[in-house]
Amino acid sequence: MTRGAIHNRDAFLENIAHRLGRAPRLSGVSRPQWSAQPQWKVLAGYSQDDLLAVLREQCKLIHTDYIETTNAGLAGVLKQQVTAYGGGPVIVPDDPRFAEYGLSALLRDEWPAERTAIHIWNPALGRQNIDAAEQANVGIAFSDITLAESGTVVLFSRNEQGRVIHFLPKTYIAIVPKSTVVPRMTQAAVIIRKQIEKGVLVPSCINFITGPSNSADIEMNLVVGVHGPMKAAYIVVTDR
Amino acid sequence: MPMKIENGPFWKRVGENLDNDFMRGAVAGMQDRGYVRRLGVIEELGHWEEWRSLAEQIRKHTLENLDYYLMQLSENVAKRGGHVFFARTAEEANDYIRRIALEKQAKKIVKSKSMVTEEINLNPVLESIGCQVIETDLGEYILQIDDHDPPSHIVGPALHKNKEQIRDVFRRKLGYTKSSDPVELARHAREMLRRDYLTADIGITGCNFAIAESGSITLVTNEGNADLVTALPKTQITVMGMERIVPTFEEMEVLVSMLTRSAVGQKLTSYITVLTGPRDEGDADGPEEFHLVIVDNGRSSILGTEFQPVLQCIRCAACVNVCPVYRHIGGHSYGSIYSGPIGAVLSPLLGGYDDYKELPYASSLCAACTEACPVKIPLHELLIKHRQIIVEREGKAPAAEKLAMKAFRLGTASPSLYRFGTKLAPGAFASFVKDGRITKGPGPLKAWTESREFPAPSKERFRDWFRDRQKGGNPS
Repeated sequence: MTRGAIHNRDAFLENIAHRLGRAPRLSGVSRPQWSAQPQWKVLAGYSQDDLLAVLREQCKLIHTDYIETTNAGLAGVLKQQVTAYGGGPVIVPDDPRFAEYGLSALLRDEWPAERTAIHIWNPALGRQNIDAAEQANVGIAFSDITLAESGTVVLFSRNEQGRVIHFLPKTYIAIVPKSTVVPRMTQAAVIIRKQIEKGVLVPSCINFITGPSNSADIEMNLVVGVHGPMKAAYIVVTDR
Repeated sequence: MPMKIENGPFWKRVGENLDNDFMRGAVAGMQDRGYVRRLGVIEELGHWEEWRSLAEQIRKHTLENLDYYLMQLSENVAKRGGHVFFARTAEEANDYIRRIALEKQAKKIVKSKSMVTEEINLNPVLESIGCQVIETDLGEYILQIDDHDPPSHIVGPALHKNKEQIRDVFRRKLGYTKSSDPVELARHAREMLRRDYLTADIGITGCNFAIAESGSITLVTNEGNADLVTALPKTQITVMGMERIVPTFEEMEVLVSMLTRSAVGQKLTSYITVLTGPRDEGDADGPEEFHLVIVDNGRSSILGTEFQPVLQCIRCAACVNVCPVYRHIGGHSYGSIYSGPIGAVLSPLLGGYDDYKELPYASSLCAACTEACPVKIPLHELLIKHRQIIVEREGKAPAAEKLAMKAFRLGTASPSLYRFGTKLAPGAFASFVKDGRITKGPGPLKAWTESREFPAPSKERFRDWFRDRQKGGNPS
């Protein structure tokens, strides 16, 4: 990767040090031990089932349909939910989990046979992916980490999973393996940070998505569905 | 729009806004509902004082080591192929961004909400070279198409407008034909802006929190506009106030938790997005080029002074939402894009006392702001410091203020402090009043009301007080 340029840094940082009344500090600072760490007390000791119950309740507050199913029932439930949102076109990332979770037949045979248009994100197609996302009625993706407290799905961008899958379609469905559910953003931050410490490059885009897009900018009235999806559903797979 | 909103002298603004019944009702409604929501999520979270203490420690540590963290941030952005520009002044920042726009031959620029780009007055600079600049946050969009009506709240900039006014603006400017139903209005904006995201050359964002360790920037929205602004145009420019930085993901997480609860009473907003550099090699969306502009514009002169704590601010507007003075005079009275208690502290520091000498007096010093602040900025104490400086050093105290100070001293000497010193119209206390007594008061009253009850303030007192102040002298 080509290193980017940095302009005017030295004088800028020197001025800050001067204002702080000390010599510039450009290395050797470490975070102190914070004296309070209440974030670890939230939902502490909750079992995976307890966390699912929290997630289910939270979905009511964030205007998100919550559906539980087993892996065996997933294809049927997903198909039903897409129909409930008005059918295709559908856009999905090129994610091996679709096959692992037994969704290949739905994606490659069933939906095409019913003339439900499917676009599988393909970086080689470039801009066509964005056009497909813009025309899509439903975007579907797997949650990488799920936050029970806030009802949030966390998605890491990658070549095979563009960012706009989560934003341009009219509606959005996240498939949530039960094993991805953690208490809150605290745990997600630690998971991500451990990767960074190991030297793994953080994805160029990490999305924390909590229900559909909304705004209260007009007379404080909540409008669900502004720039992003207008409806959202989480399908929780309880045995994965 | 620059930080300063040109709309006449302070007292004239206050007078006009006191007569704006829709605005005052909207602000009161926002404050009342917001108060209940915020307290609800705080209570549900638990250990709020520990959270505040943690957030304060994080902000203080980062500010004390700001040169180190900005060094680390810039190194990590560059490693990921992003470009970093340190701008001491608004002009330097604007020049750099203009150069990029020229280089890219940009015609259309989409923006997500950013206070700092308002502060440096970026849009006219880009418009002067022929760019169309489009605000995409719904509130900002409404203000922009209404001939740049100034924002009246840090988080809800169009709070002062009613839906009929918005409908009329849409009809006039966008050929809108539907009703004043907020859903229909929002859907229309969605359709209009969709085309713009897809055809823009550059996307410009603010920055809620930069993460030094990974060279990332964090954007917090409910609408999802920042995500489209950053995913679709080929070039992304992010502009951040130099203090908007945390050491790692772990601190970002804590501050985001505080921000969303304090700003809108949500556990998290719909979209929290962490972006690092331009798109990864092989990605089919995201920007091909990423620029981070780090802006000083007067902030460094606050460092090392008694006002340093104001730089802890995370722009949640919780102080605005509990302020009894803001409740009555509204955001436009402050004459700055930064309104309410934080605006009264920050605007004189960034914009000077000549323009903002009245603001530190637009406060009853009730300390509700200080108590609401999630990062423990002692806002009311900083307002007192401003007053001291204005009176002692600058010699700029307007006559009416001298009168007010005298009255305040008088007030503190007797029980009439309660009738004058807090001098809030009953509306400010409505949510605490039960049978004409205050049983669960905000701010400094809280400690008191735990053991005793206060009589509710009598009606219209605040307005009367303001009118009396105006009669008492001609401040400007």
